[in-house]
Amino acid sequence: MEQKTKVKAEDGRQEMMITREFDLPLELLFKAYVEPEIVEQWMGTKVLKLESKKHGSWEIETSDAGGNVVFRAGGVIHEFIPERKITRTFEMENTPFGVQLEIYEFQRLTDDTSRLNMHVIYESVAQRDQVLKLPFAQGINMAHNRIQNIADKLK
Amino acid sequence: MKLRRDVFQAIADPTRRAILLLLATQSMTAGAIAANFDTARPTVSKHLQILTECELLEQSHNGREIYYLINAKKMKEVADFIEPFRKIWDDRFNKLESIMKKYKSKNTD
Repeated sequence: MEQKTKVKAEDGRQEMMITREFDLPLELLFKAYVEPEIVEQWMGTKVLKLESKKHGSWEIETSDAGGNVVFRAGGVIHEFIPERKITRTFEMENTPFGVQLEIYEFQRLTDDTSRLNMHVIYESVAQRDQVLKLPFAQGINMAHNRIQNIADKLK
Repeated sequence: MKLRRDVFQAIADPTRRAILLLLATQSMTAGAIAANFDTARPTVSKHLQILTECELLEQSHNGREIYYLINAKKMKEVADFIEPFRKIWDDRFNKLESIMKKYKSKNTD
């Protein structure tokens, strides 16, 4: 089966392309990137600020059950063309991943389908590879931690 | 989400990695696999069960014997370190899609 979400990250390059086709009209896809309360729902995070305009800025934050902030990210919006393009920066606070430049292109395919091309450029090849490997490393760590927890209980 | 964790659980365990290595070039019965380890036979069976549940191993019946063999397709997916990253985005976009479908029906009713 063809995958709906594709990630293209060539070796030795400091960029990647994430492509996705949606069973949604272009207007609805774009709205999901502009309306703060909708962004909050699908990103699973709190939107502190989202100024969807040229030279606007944005900020998001996620807290754990105890109210401690576990994730905060933000950036500035460089270009904003409704239902066509958003160019923005993205930076995760307190991480070594640096700033990334994100170019979102929204395309109408049919009346009911649309495509998003997300071109992400990193400061270096090493930083891109770190971001790419993060979920893989977390998966292995989670498994290790679980095994460790079970082992601790057996002691 | 659950499936992905299970696959990582599978490859994080040294005995299970050894089993996968053992089966890399041949299919084997549970008994033949267990003979390669000092651990008790039921422990090896448990490992085989987990690997099968994660679809890393397949079973092939030959008469009364069950042979285990590697599911090359699944192994390739695990070997591809980008896959967990892709899966996160895929889950996120699936969520966006379902939220906006509900939004659409709510606003056109």
